[in-house]
Amino acid sequence: MTELLRLEKIRKTFPGVLANDDVDLSIEQGEIHALLGENGAGKTTLMNCVYGLYRPDSGKIFWKGKEVSVHQARDAIALGIGMVHQHFMLVPPLTVAENVVLGLPLPREPLLDLSAVEKEVQQTGERYGLLVNPKAQIWQLPVGVQQRVEILKALYRKAELLILDEPTAVLTPGEVEELFKVLRSLANQGISIIFITHKLEEVMALCDRVTVLRNGRKVATVNTSDTNTRELAKMMVGREVFLDIKKPDLMPGEVVLRVKNLSALDNRELPAVKSVSFYIRRNEILGIAGVDGNGQTELAEVLFGMRKATNGTVEVLGYDVTNCSPLEIINRGVAYIPPDRQHTGLLLDFTITENLIGKSYYKLPLSKNGIFQSRPIAEFAASSIKKFDIRTPGPDLKVKLLSGGNQQKVVLAREMSGNPALVIAAQPTRGLDVGATEYVRNQMVEARNTGAAILLISTELEEILTLSDRIAVMYEGEIVGIVPAKGADIHEISEMMAGVLRVGDLTAMDI
Amino acid sequence: MLSDLASIFLNLDFYVAVVRMTTPLLLAAVGSVLAERSGVVTFSMEAMMLMGAVGGIIGSGVFGNVWMGVLLAIVFGMLVGFAYSLMAVSVGAHQIVTSVGLNLGAVGLSAVLYALVFTRGSEVIQTVIKVPKLPLVKIPLLGDIPILGPVLFNHLPVVYVGYVLVPVVWFILYRTSWGLKIRAVGEHPHAADTVGISVSKVRYATIIFAGAFSGLAGSFLSIGLLGSYMENMTAGRGFIAYTAIVFGKWQPVGVFLGTLLFGAADALQLRIQALNLGIPYQFLVMLPYVVTMIALISVVGRASWPASYGSPFKREEG
Repeated sequence: MTELLRLEKIRKTFPGVLANDDVDLSIEQGEIHALLGENGAGKTTLMNCVYGLYRPDSGKIFWKGKEVSVHQARDAIALGIGMVHQHFMLVPPLTVAENVVLGLPLPREPLLDLSAVEKEVQQTGERYGLLVNPKAQIWQLPVGVQQRVEILKALYRKAELLILDEPTAVLTPGEVEELFKVLRSLANQGISIIFITHKLEEVMALCDRVTVLRNGRKVATVNTSDTNTRELAKMMVGREVFLDIKKPDLMPGEVVLRVKNLSALDNRELPAVKSVSFYIRRNEILGIAGVDGNGQTELAEVLFGMRKATNGTVEVLGYDVTNCSPLEIINRGVAYIPPDRQHTGLLLDFTITENLIGKSYYKLPLSKNGIFQSRPIAEFAASSIKKFDIRTPGPDLKVKLLSGGNQQKVVLAREMSGNPALVIAAQPTRGLDVGATEYVRNQMVEARNTGAAILLISTELEEILTLSDRIAVMYEGEIVGIVPAKGADIHEISEMMAGVLRVGDLTAMDI
Repeated sequence: MLSDLASIFLNLDFYVAVVRMTTPLLLAAVGSVLAERSGVVTFSMEAMMLMGAVGGIIGSGVFGNVWMGVLLAIVFGMLVGFAYSLMAVSVGAHQIVTSVGLNLGAVGLSAVLYALVFTRGSEVIQTVIKVPKLPLVKIPLLGDIPILGPVLFNHLPVVYVGYVLVPVVWFILYRTSWGLKIRAVGEHPHAADTVGISVSKVRYATIIFAGAFSGLAGSFLSIGLLGSYMENMTAGRGFIAYTAIVFGKWQPVGVFLGTLLFGAADALQLRIQALNLGIPYQFLVMLPYVVTMIALISVVGRASWPASYGSPFKREEG
């Protein structure tokens, strides 16, 4: 095997943060190399240095044995390095072919004659199993296909090294299988792949070698055949992790949430939730599985009064709360963990204390005759910080300075206070590292055990399977099936997520 | 009265005036479409036009040659474009606020330049100074077609530039690699950046291009129509041109139709004034602006501006 890329002692700092601390890395030709680490471990930063988007403070980059300096993306592309970013770098109104050639000299420069390009895109696609219509506009394509376009874009630029930043985050299980097939075929044809991820199973299933990063430092590089997920998790987090959450069997209680024929529109006024019906009982977690963008977010917003229902009813503990205001719904004992803690979940420029009292600031004892009572507020904040293990130098720190995991703990602390009857948790562990994920999941189960009903929306199928008592699958705004979590068939659920199978509510009861 | 109004539309002079009134709006608006599509708000067209107007009068007056006036107008417009690029692209300042500053500054600067050149700053009373103005050019053959000839092909040369500009801008935008880069930068600057396109170069170039044609539009007012200069003589035409861009939903042909609508409204109010119908002229002068507002309200709806519209581009570090 010949070495394609070698990094020596790459160091990159941002104001106040050491993102990469003298990291070494070696990539061989034709290998699939995983870059594993928690969020904030420095994986993406390291690759941005290779790709010329960041300039390392010190360290050397060798390409095919020669030292190179990569000042901008153009340099990296010229060397033969392609990168598929987590957020696609595709221009939505342009066609596939236009995106592929963007920035390259055209056959009949400066005329925009794409017929030759379209043909070549087609051929490259056929060669690597990446079929796309070169004339389609990006915005019309599903996410999985857009990703193919990104890979094609790199291959068209004669990439010999392909960097993929968390490529499976946006895919259905079926699409992930498809992607892995493509990547293996690329590797067989001599292309090297760096696969950035924090998912251990993916490392084991796809990669030849794995380099683990923790807090900006390289922990180790190992062959996947010589290791296992437990060992990798330990290297990644620095301690033993227990993602298998123990969940006692409980008899579900009374119905807390009952939704009947609920419909709603999305921001573009198109139907997003289509006549959805389900219920959740006390001591029960109903997981809603589905690929992102199939109406889950809109459903959560309707339930919490943030989006208008166009049809149907929502009942909480027997009260009709359809199209009530969020405040009225909160007062019925509903808590909401929004999918984007940065925008909806928190006021980033406010302090931890101010965020913690966001739901109860106007009530006694925090407030008396409209005036804040500083001592009760300080006590409330201190006890929340302690109870939810929020790691912070003090309660007056701005929330935006906390890590993602600690930010989510602030949301949890605010929402879980006052023992809600119903918790709507939308993507509660999105973007969190393994340690924080473990914490949030335990909190969900804890709330369930103590009598709450929980609606868990997640695009991580594994999370749904671990936590739920029953699983509903959403596809294009409809619930295409509800099955008990015990003995659930993962292939069946995948097929429902992809819209090819429909089973209806297998857990329906007449009450 | 109705028959009087009808007589306006039966007279060829009205249509000649429509073309004449449309031209400065068209040059500025269509000339700015590329910059707009690259994601920049060209609200500073008013300043570019005003500096063009004064540049035209200075060039023509000082050199005694109207073409030097045209050249200086273009240069002045490009300089405003460069100044705007510095602020909006390099510094990343708020584009509307920067534009307002430039527009207000240009009112003063143009008056000062005019006074310095023509009255040496000493004379308090301004006399109207006449300079060489652009000649009418009748296009051979085409100009002899009945009706169409006099309406379309017997104009100042700048008008013909306007005719050509619409297809040229359309062609650049949709049929060249430059246009592809411009659209990519406007819709997803980060994507453009990662494939090695310089976002700021594209924006600088298109803004300066807009400056050149807005400057030319300004010169049309001073050394084209009048051969003399008045303070603040653009009278908000830069803003109307901006409105035409919104009305035309950032499509070259649509923007052209917008300028035609506003140009026609302007020509119409002038004709009605000439009829002496006893309507106070202030009401008539309002007409193009009222048409502008009605037009804007009627096209509100689907968002069609470039996705990065008005936001400066910065690489995300950290």
